[in-house]
Amino acid sequence: MKVNLIQKDRGMLNGDYGEAARLAMNIIVRMADVLDAPELMDITQSHIDGCGLMSDTGLEFAETMAKRGGKVIVPTTMNMIPLDLRNWKKLGVPEDFANRALRMAKAYEDMGCIPTWTCAPYQGYMVPRFGQQIAWGESNAINYANSVLGARTERYADFMDLCAALTGRVPKYGLHLKENRKGEVLIRLVNFAPDVFRDDTFFPALGHLTGKIAEHRIPVIDGLVGYVTSDQFKAFGAAAASSGAVGLYHIVGITPEAPTLEDAFQGTEPPEVVEVTPLDVMAARASLSTTKGEGLNLDAVVLGCPHFSYDEFRKVAQAIEKYPQGLSSGVRFIILTSQASYALLERSASLSVLASFGAEIIFDTCIFHSPIVASGASVIMTNSGKCAYYAPGEMDVNVVFGNIEDCVRSAVLGVIHTEETRW
Amino acid sequence: MVAKKLMGRAIIPGDAEGIAVVSRQAISFWGGISPETGEIIDQRHDCSGQVIAGKVFVYPAGKGSSTGSAVLMESIKNGVAPAAIILAKIDPILALGSIVADELYGKSVPIILLSQEDFYTIQDGCHLVIHSNGMVER
Repeated sequence: MKVNLIQKDRGMLNGDYGEAARLAMNIIVRMADVLDAPELMDITQSHIDGCGLMSDTGLEFAETMAKRGGKVIVPTTMNMIPLDLRNWKKLGVPEDFANRALRMAKAYEDMGCIPTWTCAPYQGYMVPRFGQQIAWGESNAINYANSVLGARTERYADFMDLCAALTGRVPKYGLHLKENRKGEVLIRLVNFAPDVFRDDTFFPALGHLTGKIAEHRIPVIDGLVGYVTSDQFKAFGAAAASSGAVGLYHIVGITPEAPTLEDAFQGTEPPEVVEVTPLDVMAARASLSTTKGEGLNLDAVVLGCPHFSYDEFRKVAQAIEKYPQGLSSGVRFIILTSQASYALLERSASLSVLASFGAEIIFDTCIFHSPIVASGASVIMTNSGKCAYYAPGEMDVNVVFGNIEDCVRSAVLGVIHTEETRW
Repeated sequence: MVAKKLMGRAIIPGDAEGIAVVSRQAISFWGGISPETGEIIDQRHDCSGQVIAGKVFVYPAGKGSSTGSAVLMESIKNGVAPAAIILAKIDPILALGSIVADELYGKSVPIILLSQEDFYTIQDGCHLVIHSNGMVER
């Protein structure tokens, strides 16, 4: 052991704070050594992704910690769980799978975690503040917290998130430290008309491209003008954290640590500059689809990756109202969300529009982690860069990327029909 | 080929050997590798379709999902994990998966960090022996 520990850390390591804290601290200390961190530091909030994958090991880890008396000592929100906790029976989820997911949920709740069950925690309960030191899992939530909110978290792995929550300590390392938050590659947008930034396919496509350019570096985007909504940041960040290891990004003049280009690079020269044109982003957009798809039979539309916000529901309802003929038979129209966003939807007329269209609203979970779409599906459509990135491998389907309008139109026609705007 | 020794840093120490599966691209273990079979399922990856179970998986860096640790652990439990992993940049998500597997099951996957220069000398298909001090022999 090389890391310097304070008395409380050593106490935990000795088992003075119980067996769960001992195991958690042991894992943290081993990670600190891997990372060459000189010491540990406090965090004051956690978000746990370790509950997402239905695996024997994940269940065993959670139940081991709970049985050993583990209690989180900082406010701790939960990522999605592999089950729609309200409707799993109606969805035909096998009882055995559901029972294991319910055991996982119970273990985390027993440890004092907050049952938020969402991969978009930054649009819900207990949103961290600027400069707050936190320990978050879930790649899209991590870069939203770091980049948009200006809170500070490393890219925490599943299980490290719980260890941090049980001890309130993490290695002093990486994105927790200001000097490690400066830009490492400048992505300069050139020749963009301001209208492009209002196109809903722009942010996921730029995110996908940004992840590929940045890889593990911190990208700084320059040349984006206007107001960026929370949902647009969400779409951008989720895509960038799928094609790359983007845990933090800056957008000059827009995100809080980058009022100017100089701030984004903390006064240093950008080590690399990459110019990106509308053609590049259009190519990135095209590469999110595995098939052109035009005229292909559509099995399902999947929206809500990450979880839908109230505002996104409203947009879908508006698109649906243009098509009185309704959903084509044989096409599933799936929207994933949190029960918190749904609570807002329930107060709005949009809910009945979505319901009479035949949209299936799925709570608490993820299209990739819960058995929702039958294995026979061969073509899905999504507005999410993250979903488009992972669907071919995780669901063994062809995927077509488009905006909400494209998704609704294709679901009504029963075949893919996109109207890609040229920029 | 003349035997050559590369000295790396043992992020997760251990002895192992196997055939190298070499990638030049970062990968996310979740969404990238099946924990049931050890197959590379990311269809956008340069090693898509290859099986890394029992092999020495050589790739430059991690990316993507924070669930990579859970996938590595599940692969270890299912007996389809790589024999060892060689990286050019630390992947904390993967390291954590190996540490937790060690804590819970007493089984881990050795992870070695090589310099960029040494990393790119390893050819796909060669037989590698990994030592717990971080030495890689081929």
